[in-house]
Order: sequence, then C-alpha cells, then structure tokens
Amino acid sequence: MALNKQENKMITATNLTKVYGGTKVLDVEHLEIPKGQSFGLVGNNGAGKTTFFSLLLDLIQPTTGSIFNNEITVSQSEAWKPFTSSFIDESFLIGYLTPEEYFYFVGELRNRNKADVAAFLQNFDEFFNGEILGRKKYLRDLSKGNQKKVGIVAALIGDPEVVILDEPFANLDPSTQIRLKALIKKLTAGSEMTVLISSHDLIHVTEVCERIVVLDKGHVVNDIKTSEATLKELEQYFAGAAVQVDEEQQENSFKSEV
Amino acid sequence: MYQRFISLQWKAFYRSASFGRSMGLKIFMAFIAIYFSLVFLTLGIGLYPLLKEAFPEQEPLQIVNRFLLVYLALELLMRFMLQTLPVMTIKPLLSLPILKSKVVNYVLFRSLFSFFNFLPLLLFVPFAVFTGYKTEYSVLSITAWAVAVIGLILCINYLNFLLKKKFADDLKALLPYLIIALALYGLERFDIFSITEVFASGLNYVLEMPFLALLPLLLAFALFKWNQKVLKSRFYLDESLKAKVTEAKSQDFAWLRRFGGIAPFLQLDLKLIWRNKRPKTLIFISLLIMGYGMIFYPQDTYQDLPSVFVFVGIFMTGIFMINFGQFIPAWDSSYYSMMMAQNIPLKQYLNAKAALIIFSIVILTILTTPYVFFGYKILVINIVCAIYNIGINVPVLLFAGSFNRKRIDLEKSPFMNYQGTGAAQWLVGLPLLIMPILIFWVLNKFVSFEVATIVLAALGLLGIIFKKAIMEQITEAYRKNKYAMINGFKQTGE
Repeated sequence: MALNKQENKMITATNLTKVYGGTKVLDVEHLEIPKGQSFGLVGNNGAGKTTFFSLLLDLIQPTTGSIFNNEITVSQSEAWKPFTSSFIDESFLIGYLTPEEYFYFVGELRNRNKADVAAFLQNFDEFFNGEILGRKKYLRDLSKGNQKKVGIVAALIGDPEVVILDEPFANLDPSTQIRLKALIKKLTAGSEMTVLISSHDLIHVTEVCERIVVLDKGHVVNDIKTSEATLKELEQYFAGAAVQVDEEQQENSFKSEV
Repeated sequence: MYQRFISLQWKAFYRSASFGRSMGLKIFMAFIAIYFSLVFLTLGIGLYPLLKEAFPEQEPLQIVNRFLLVYLALELLMRFMLQTLPVMTIKPLLSLPILKSKVVNYVLFRSLFSFFNFLPLLLFVPFAVFTGYKTEYSVLSITAWAVAVIGLILCINYLNFLLKKKFADDLKALLPYLIIALALYGLERFDIFSITEVFASGLNYVLEMPFLALLPLLLAFALFKWNQKVLKSRFYLDESLKAKVTEAKSQDFAWLRRFGGIAPFLQLDLKLIWRNKRPKTLIFISLLIMGYGMIFYPQDTYQDLPSVFVFVGIFMTGIFMINFGQFIPAWDSSYYSMMMAQNIPLKQYLNAKAALIIFSIVILTILTTPYVFFGYKILVINIVCAIYNIGINVPVLLFAGSFNRKRIDLEKSPFMNYQGTGAAQWLVGLPLLIMPILIFWVLNKFVSFEVATIVLAALGLLGIIFKKAIMEQITEAYRKNKYAMINGFKQTGE
C-alpha cells in the first residue's frame, strides 16, 4: 500500500523466516515500518505475532533473513537496545520487586534517575487507578491485569523510539482498556515514537493503529491503512476464515462418515 | 480411580519437559538409592553377629531395642529434610466429579511406597530373621516385634508430613520441641531418667505379649487419619491460590551507587537474595560452613596434610561463590528475556555478578581469620585460597554458567532441590576444588610449603590481572548461548 508522505523507515524485515521442527511459523518476505507509525499486528492463534516480536527483540534467532531496527541488524549488534523497549509477557517483570523499584530499575537502565521516573509516573495516576503505586506489594503478588499495567508503563520509560507491546489489551479490565487506548493515541499523535502492538481484539487495534497487518500461518495476508471501513474488512476476513475452517471440518467429518 | 491417578502421574513423569534432560540426574539418584539399599541390607544381615561379637554378654535384640528410639528420631530428622509428600496437582481435579477423599487417600497411600519406608525393611527384617534363628524367642514374638517396628516406621512416615505442614515455613516453632528433646537427652546422659529404657521395655512387652504389636499400627492409622483430615481441609482452590502476601518493604541500598554502572544490578542481586527463599537460605548455609574448619583444624591427623587445609580454605572462603555462582544466570531465569531485551550490556551484567561474588569471598575470608588460632599457616592458606577463588574460580564458574539452561524457582527451599542442576554443575566442581588441591599437593610434597602457596596465589593474581580479557571471553560465551538459555529458562516444571 502506497503511503503518501515521505517516510524514514524504522523497522525493516527481509526474507524473514522461522522454522520450528520442520514447520515454518513465520515467513515474511518484506515488511517495512516507518518511523512514528502506530503499527498493529493481528491474526489468529499461531499466526506468528509473538514470533515476529521475539525476532525483533533478538530473543530467538531467525532461520533465514534478518530484521533491521533503525538500520541495525538486531541479531548482530546490541546498539538497538537503548532506543527500543518492550513488554511481551510476565517474563519481563521481576517478581520480587515492588512496582516502584521495578520502575526505578528500568529507569536506571535507561539513564533516568529516580526523580525523572517519579515525575514520569505522575502521568499515569489515572491509568494505574490507585492499584499499583504505594501498595507495598511485590509484583509477583499483583493480579495479572495489574502486572500488565506495570509492564506497559515500564516499557514507556526513557522516551524509547520503538515500543513493542504484545497483546497489551488482554487481561485488562474495561476501564483500563479504554485508558490504554487513549494513552497509545496520545503517545503516537505527533511524536516520533513507533509503536508496535499485537492483539486479538479487532476493535481495539483499529482504534489505535494507523496501519494493520494481518498474519496467517506466518504469512502477511493483508496490509491495511486504517480507515472507517477497516473494522468491517477485518471482521469479514476473520469470519471468512472461520467459515472456511468450518467447511473443512464438515468436509472431513463427512469423509469420515462415508 | 486409583489406576487413573497412577497413569496420570506416570504421564506427568515421562512427559515432563525436562524428562530427557534430567535423565542423568535420575540415574545418579538411582545409583545412590542402590548404594544405600546395599548398605542397609549388609547392615541388616550383619547386625546380629556384629553386636554379639562386640557385646557378648548382652542380647543383641535388647541393644537394638534401646537404640530404636534414637534411630527413629534420626530417621524423622532425615525425612523432615529429604522426604516430601507425593504431590498431585489438584487444581485441574477440583472441578471434576472426583471424591476428595479418594485423591487424599491416594496421595497418602502412595507415600507408603516411598524409598524411605523400604530402606528400614532391609535393616530390620533380616535382623528379625537372624534373631529368630539364634534365640529362643518364638516365631510369633519375633514377628510381632518386626510388625511393631514397621508400625513405628509408618508412624514416622505420617508424622513427618504433619510436621512438615506445620513447621516447614516456620522453623522457629520447632524450638520448644528441640528443647524437650535436648532435655530428654540430658536426663538420659546424667542417668536421671532414661526414655530409651522405657521405650525398650515397651518393645519387650511386645515380645511377651505379641498382640501389643497392634498398638504402633493403630497409632500409624491414627496419624494417617489425622493427615487425611489436614489434607482434606486444604483441598480448596484458595488454599493453593491464596498467595502469602507479605508486606513489601522498599529497600534502596543507595550506598551501592558508588559502584557506577554495575550498581543497579548489584542492588537487584541483593534484593534477589534477600527476598527469595532459596538464595536467602544460601546465606545461612554459607555462615554455617564457616564452622567447617573446626572439624579439620584441631585434628592431629591432618596437621601434616596441608592439602586438606587447601580444600577447607577453598570451600570456606568460596562457599557462597560455589552455591550462588553455579546457578548464574539461572537466578534471573524467570525474567531472563527481559534482561536480554532491555538496555543491558551483557558485560556489565556479568561484571556485577563477579563483583558480588568477590565481595562475598572477601567477607568470608575475614570471617575465617580467627582460625589463625590453629597456626599462622592456616591463615596463609585461607588468604591464598581466597585469592585463587577470586582470580580463577570466579571466572570458571561464570563461564560454566553460560551452559545453564534450567529454570530456578526462587521460592523453593534449596534442600535436596535439584532444580536447575545439570551436567554443568557436576563438571564444574572438578576444576573448582580439585585443581588447586592438586597443584598445592604436588608442590608442597616435592618443593616446599612456601612455593606451593606462592604459586597458588600467583595463579589467582594472574586471573585478577587479566580479568578484563577473561570477562570478554565469558561475555562472548553468553552471547553465543543466549537463545538456548532464553528457551531453556522458559521451560517450567522440574
């Protein structure tokens, strides 16, 4: 899809594949994400969303091809780390720290002192809804949803240029989902921050992302610039996928009956 | 239903993620089991003739009766430390139409087949058979005696679980019982009141009146019922889900800030150690090991064997290094992906670990200085060992750490806890302890004590001088193994 404005590319994936035990779980020929874009990744289970993010963070090794983050090959240099931050799952949290300590720790890694972090956290009072700060609890004792809030906010500390959030809406209560959407919109509007989000929830992604890429069994099957019609289009696509599966199943059961 | 439970557990065993990987460990444990079985069997067969020879004027059975209480106490202690109730994951069973009592009974019955119940049989059954042949006790009496002993062992089996439930998290509550045990020991020692005699005469009554053997069995049954009650009351989701929420105290360790770039990691490591059960216990173990010297230094036998003192020195000054270092970086396994994706240069991360261990070596070495009381040589050896530990053993351990693939659960007790143990842990012991002892032994034997100590210290100093280059290599090893580590640390389960 041709985009109008002239853009600097931030993330580029070329010939990227990942094979697990003979099965190709990701196969992306070429994908470019320009600077400042809010990018959404949708797909059914096993579509390769988390695999893509893990490759981008150099947590797994690509079978072929490579990912460039601001022209740095992520699997060869660590130079992308200072401007990239992420929250993938609870393995990104340190269970025996309090939320405050965790924020300060991440802050220190990103050259922000305690005062900076404390000032930064003041912006999130509403988002935290009084359930995070000053509760004298370790992260391991927080509920899943509250852990997620901590992870998301920690990923925003230190003005990263690239933020990667895997399923940020899952496990959040409705109010927090709405607040998170507002937060992401605020972050990306008029800033250079590139935000990558994956989700199962089509409504949420269409609301916050400028561009949506649909993955299916590791392939990019759709690349849409978000508009009024996007949600319909996506719903139709996934409903179609469901119908297809249904038909296949019926066919199979038919066969087995014969 | 029980068959289904058995098949479930069997599947849990051989389908566990680390089934193949921990095979080596299982084989090792099997060898240990066979070894102990043989020892107990030999002892069981040989006990009668041995006692007869040592105390010809006494009845071996009477001696055994008098020692049985001590034996049972020791067994209880052993079991308390080593044996755990065979657990089933009950969460998925809660919503299924299965009677709670069935699950509870299954778990309790299964504990009967524990290796700990099998071992004493090897000891007491041959002894009973032997005694039956050699003495004029009737078959019935001897059988009753054996049944009584087995009953007592079963009591210990179930008593252990009750104690564990009650005291595992609160060892301080054991104190009054320990005091009672000590008091009984004192009374025994000063011939005021002998509990073992009372116990022995009880067993003699069993020999006279065989039906009394039912008493221990009844007691075992009562303990079984008690266990049943306790377990049943815990058969609720909130029991296992109810997290023990401790009030978190924020700590800062601000004084660490002077260490610059590695400060945040040092702070994190100190919190890791202080707030989690397994690493926290290591601190206490390290302090306990400080007493190790008392076993060796006063003995005359070792005075001409300074190599033994090298072993003690490496061990005492390096005990925290060994215990903590062998599981680097698995301590951080539950959040290792974050550490790898965050803005953390690997080199700094590893330098922080090294700094922490070196700090511990310095502290422990200072704590061992009072041993100078046993001669200046011991002080010299300990300091040399500390230098060797810092220069050579710390990098060796860090390097071995790059082969760690196993996740560690920070909240579990370290006793008999093999979680996180792999081939790397066994192999690394070799250079760690044997190398310095060997070097020292050879030089001390063929040249002199002075040269031997100087060479060990020089090796350590070399390591310290080339630390930067060595750390560079180690970092490279971690970088190479990064993906395998991330993947390995994600595997939960044994």
